[in-house]
Amino acid sequence: MAKLNVNPTRMELRRLKTRLKTATRGHKLLKDKSDEMIRQFMLYVRENKRLREEVEGELQAALKSFMLARAVSSDAVIEEAVLMPSTHVGLTTSSKNVMSVDVPVFDIVEGEVSDLYPYSFASVSSELDTSISSLTTLLPKLLKLAEVEKTCNMLADEIEKNRRRVNALEYVMIPQLEETIKYITMKLDENERGNITRLMKVKEMIKPAD
Amino acid sequence: MREGGIAVVGDKDSVLAFKAIGVDVFPVETEIQARDKVHTLARSYSVIFVTEQVALWIEMLIKRYQARPYPVIVPIPSAEGNRGLGLQGIKANVEKAIGADILFDKEDR
Repeated sequence: MAKLNVNPTRMELRRLKTRLKTATRGHKLLKDKSDEMIRQFMLYVRENKRLREEVEGELQAALKSFMLARAVSSDAVIEEAVLMPSTHVGLTTSSKNVMSVDVPVFDIVEGEVSDLYPYSFASVSSELDTSISSLTTLLPKLLKLAEVEKTCNMLADEIEKNRRRVNALEYVMIPQLEETIKYITMKLDENERGNITRLMKVKEMIKPAD
Repeated sequence: MREGGIAVVGDKDSVLAFKAIGVDVFPVETEIQARDKVHTLARSYSVIFVTEQVALWIEMLIKRYQARPYPVIVPIPSAEGNRGLGLQGIKANVEKAIGADILFDKEDR
């Protein structure tokens, strides 16, 4: 690794030594952070997988019964049935801090629920009822999935970034600093030795004259 | 924070069911429509569920929003069936963060 381009002076040496100390400390801290982030990430990702499998299964069942309902009644009837929903699902968002990553948290704000089914039971088949009731119960889970999935995405991104930082410190910054410090120490020592020999030489030259 | 709620984008068959439970739905048919729609929705909605077909179409958009807190774009299976896109996403995440897929590998054996 190439050394930094600096003057070999005592002042520079001191400065570099402080920088090395900071870099080593930073490296250790970042490495610890990385470990903990990965631990948290694993927790979230397991949850993510479990939720996704659950949600996908249930959602497919719900959509299947909806398809059945569509097959039984005509398109116009179904469309008319769901055209004016009786509720509206609102959403409040806040954020949570996971390993200094701000991740979103969702809460459902339910509208006034007069009746879950916005149609008359006479006109459509019962599959539609099943489909809609299971979709309604599925919605919180879907949101939870969205939340967890986003957390995973952001954590994965952050872990990657953090790893770059750790590596840059470990394989570039710290070796560079060490090398430069070594270079300056050598240079200073060499100067010192040169100085001593010079002094000895001068002393010898003065001596015979006495 | 954002006031927008939940949006569902996908083919008509799949999204119509969501309309009945009070979620805003946006049926799309083509790739261009889907991209436009999600692009405009991304500004106001905080959660956008897209069917897998749409998710494939708007892959670039999903990637762009992946590391940002909002909006959350979540692929869901459509009425046609499940292609396992969601699980693929999880797998990609694990590989990105850890370097090797340790979650799914274990269960395959």
